[in-house]
Amino acid sequence: MIMIDPVITALLAIFAVPFIGAFLVGLDRKLTARMQSRIGPPLLQPIYDVIKLLHKEPIVVNRVQIIYAGLHLIFMVLCVVLLALGQDMLMALFILAFSTISLILGGMSVRSPYSRIGSQREIMQMLSYEPILILMLVGIYLINDSFMARDILASGKPLLLSLPLIFPAFLMVMAIKLQKSPFDFSTSHHGHQEIIKGITLEYSGPFLAILEITHWYEIFLLFFIITMFWATSIPVGLLIAAVCFFCEILLDNIMARLTWPWMLRFMWTVALGLAVTNVLWLYI
Amino acid sequence: MNCREKSPWIVHFNCNSCNGCDIEFLACLTPIYDVERFGIVHVGNPKHADILVVSGAVNHRNVRVLKNVYEQMPSPKAVVALGACGATGGIMADCYNVLGGVNQVIPVDVLVPGCPPRPEAIMDGILQAARLLNVHQKDRHAGAEVRLTLQPVSEPEKV
Repeated sequence: MIMIDPVITALLAIFAVPFIGAFLVGLDRKLTARMQSRIGPPLLQPIYDVIKLLHKEPIVVNRVQIIYAGLHLIFMVLCVVLLALGQDMLMALFILAFSTISLILGGMSVRSPYSRIGSQREIMQMLSYEPILILMLVGIYLINDSFMARDILASGKPLLLSLPLIFPAFLMVMAIKLQKSPFDFSTSHHGHQEIIKGITLEYSGPFLAILEITHWYEIFLLFFIITMFWATSIPVGLLIAAVCFFCEILLDNIMARLTWPWMLRFMWTVALGLAVTNVLWLYI
Repeated sequence: MNCREKSPWIVHFNCNSCNGCDIEFLACLTPIYDVERFGIVHVGNPKHADILVVSGAVNHRNVRVLKNVYEQMPSPKAVVALGACGATGGIMADCYNVLGGVNQVIPVDVLVPGCPPRPEAIMDGILQAARLLNVHQKDRHAGAEVRLTLQPVSEPEKV
């Protein structure tokens, strides 16, 4: 991907990625339905949903919230473009955090208590996974002496062999980012009537569609990281990504939703422990 | 536009119902009936919803809430009234506190008959309402949209 002209890569990242993300969401819904012995929606259902939402009447609670929804999308797209161009992964990670913070501030900018509770839950999720992502990058730096994504690809060393403990920790982070049980405390795919949907409560019509499109970019981003960096050849990477995708959906269907203190404890002991052990091992 | 028919998101409001219709409505979400295969999602939020499903007869206490929920939904929107109570007030029609069917308060598009209606009938009603969303969108562009005033309604005549 990096061999192509950077402008074409960036355009591909901006325009082709949401379709891949939508396909993955559709596949997710179909697989989830099959696991629950249902027929499930058509594969293109996420695209129908978003087109419908874009054509609905825009109801604005306050303008600040709309600006934050836009920033959420723009930072996420920027993050995908940076990674696709092989730029600094640390920078991409901070931009990803900016994107999530925009979502949190959007939820906080309205008076609805449900929206605020949803935002607080999102903060707790961020608090749980950010240290692990940072430690993953520290581990990558210790191997390659560089934060640049293109250097990691050029080095030809599969990260899976040198970061074996960070990989499961990253999968847990992915479960949080993909909104899978037992980690789905804000904006789950299920339980639309519950408080977990609080953060999207005040968005309607086209603005809800913006959040959904951002989620497509986010999903692509996570699977892009898995495909490109954990193995040296793309077919093996795709295979790993497919297995991870299936496992995340399986996890979602066999687990119940637990409480956020549990998630924080789990991520800061088990996942963080795995990541720190791996980094210490590399350091020594 | 076809996408509107393919993804009707519903919000359910219980107006003083005996829960018979509600149980049958919730049965639609189970794996036996699986409404998600039509793209129907039960969202608990009127701001995300396209179709309002109301069960039960409207009374003086909940009429303001029902109007509020209806007003919070972004256009185009449709209303499905479940059961005999949703249509006319049913067995509750003569109660001192009951105003009557849902169409006394908000414009109803589809009435699903039965006491309670079967889940198949409810699904059919929701899908018929989804087809009407395109008609409502055209009406909206023609300036013929129904807008409510959030004032208390006068009591309708008893049948």
